[in-house]
Amino acid sequence: MSDALVRLSNVGVRFSGQNILDQVSLAIAPGEIVTLIGPNGAGKTTLVRAVLGLLTPDSGTVWRQPHLRIGYMPQKLHVDATLPLTVLRFLRLVPGVDRSSAAKALAEVGGDHLLDSPLQTISGGELQRVLLARALLRKPELLVLDEPVQGVDVSGQAELYRLITQLRNRYGCGVLMVSHDLHLVMSTTDQVVCLNHHVCCSGHPEQVSGHPAFVELFGQDARSLAIYHHHHDHAHSLHGHVVMPQPHVHGEHCKHG
Amino acid sequence: MADFLLYALLAGLALAIVAGPLGSFVVWRRMAYFGDTLSHAALLGVAMGFLLDINPTLAVTVGCLLLAILLVLLQKRQGLAADTLLGIMAHSTLSLGLVALSFMKDVRIDLMSYLFGDLLAVSQTDLWWIAIGSVVVLAALAALWRPLLAITVHEELARVEGLPVTAIRMALMLLIAVVIAVAMKIVGVLLITSLLIIPAAAAQRHARSPEQMALGASLLGIVAVCLGLSLSWYEDTPAGPSIVVSAAALFLLSFVLPKRV
Repeated sequence: MSDALVRLSNVGVRFSGQNILDQVSLAIAPGEIVTLIGPNGAGKTTLVRAVLGLLTPDSGTVWRQPHLRIGYMPQKLHVDATLPLTVLRFLRLVPGVDRSSAAKALAEVGGDHLLDSPLQTISGGELQRVLLARALLRKPELLVLDEPVQGVDVSGQAELYRLITQLRNRYGCGVLMVSHDLHLVMSTTDQVVCLNHHVCCSGHPEQVSGHPAFVELFGQDARSLAIYHHHHDHAHSLHGHVVMPQPHVHGEHCKHG
Repeated sequence: MADFLLYALLAGLALAIVAGPLGSFVVWRRMAYFGDTLSHAALLGVAMGFLLDINPTLAVTVGCLLLAILLVLLQKRQGLAADTLLGIMAHSTLSLGLVALSFMKDVRIDLMSYLFGDLLAVSQTDLWWIAIGSVVVLAALAALWRPLLAITVHEELARVEGLPVTAIRMALMLLIAVVIAVAMKIVGVLLITSLLIIPAAAAQRHARSPEQMALGASLLGIVAVCLGLSLSWYEDTPAGPSIVVSAAALFLLSFVLPKRV
């Protein structure tokens, strides 16, 4: 993939003697939605920080396209209660943004009514939309979303994922997101990377959900998910051909031994 | 009006104007204890100034800045909680300054004026220093206003968006160090932080934008300086503490006034 926006090769990160990331390789192409899933403490946020350049890995390389414009939506935003900041002013912290472009970006994420609200008074779900609008104002080539639906109710979660897909379709930007919601993510993503310090498995959602490493990591959840998505008893190859028989046959996407 | 009163008034006003926006950042970024630590260390800077025979304002600025860098480095090592670390540094540098000064037998200084300020003794030369310092800090704040706000809201977001976060944070510390050096003459090392945070906190309840809060803090600071100096002039109270008491009274008053919606 020579046209990748970001490419990580054999990235390793250690904190106080512990391997947080071990030999992680990953590439994100323009227009591709890559979803990171994995249990708590699997190193998902660490990987995101490595992609963003917020930390330097101990081993391996992180390559970013020169002058890559990244729109970043952090996991949480805490603004001190003493700072009087409206949503508009928050969006205008991005250079070159005026009221009308801020309003337009906010309308795109369904938050037009929030423009003049103080940032500290809006709900968690509304804040996620505002953060997404700020990421969009950068006209990003790569959107990086760390648990974008955190604190959003269930119906809002599906809507937010739909919105992210729409934005990808409209702007053709690559998307890297972290998620816990196995069910919701499967339908909106091109590539799933299942992380537990190392890449357990990666590939198209349907491939991954039938993968032994995935089933082992998520147990019962994975089975219900596999049933949910697979009303048939066969697996797919890369090109969608039916592959028989189960169980899993090692393929080029398998990152395990 | 007597010259010394005019100098005192102008010095106080310059400090009040610059303390408004800078103090707002101290409040927003929860740096009150950090500012306190730097100002306590200013006395050590004074001692060093005498020892090395350099201008005390310069010595204090450089001393505060070195301490600020040391604090940032120590905090990164994460051995102790930030407030413990600041508490240790604040009081040990203050004490070290006092001990160092007591060793210099040939130096005669009025310790009280360094601890609590001696506004009515501000000379024309002092006034120049204060004016230059204030203008420089105000200009830097104006130039860095949006990046400073951006890193205050979310440092990592600002870094991803391409801002040199470490440099901006260093610049803010430098500005605080300069203001401490300048303000030491006016309210003394023990009271400097109050002039930064009390007007900003008083303006906060009635401000609807960061700029309103900064401007409001400057205005309230000006009022506090005028009230404090009047109190000092008519009742012969110490000038620095009188200004702080006036600011505190304005802070209390801000709770009485109805909040704008």
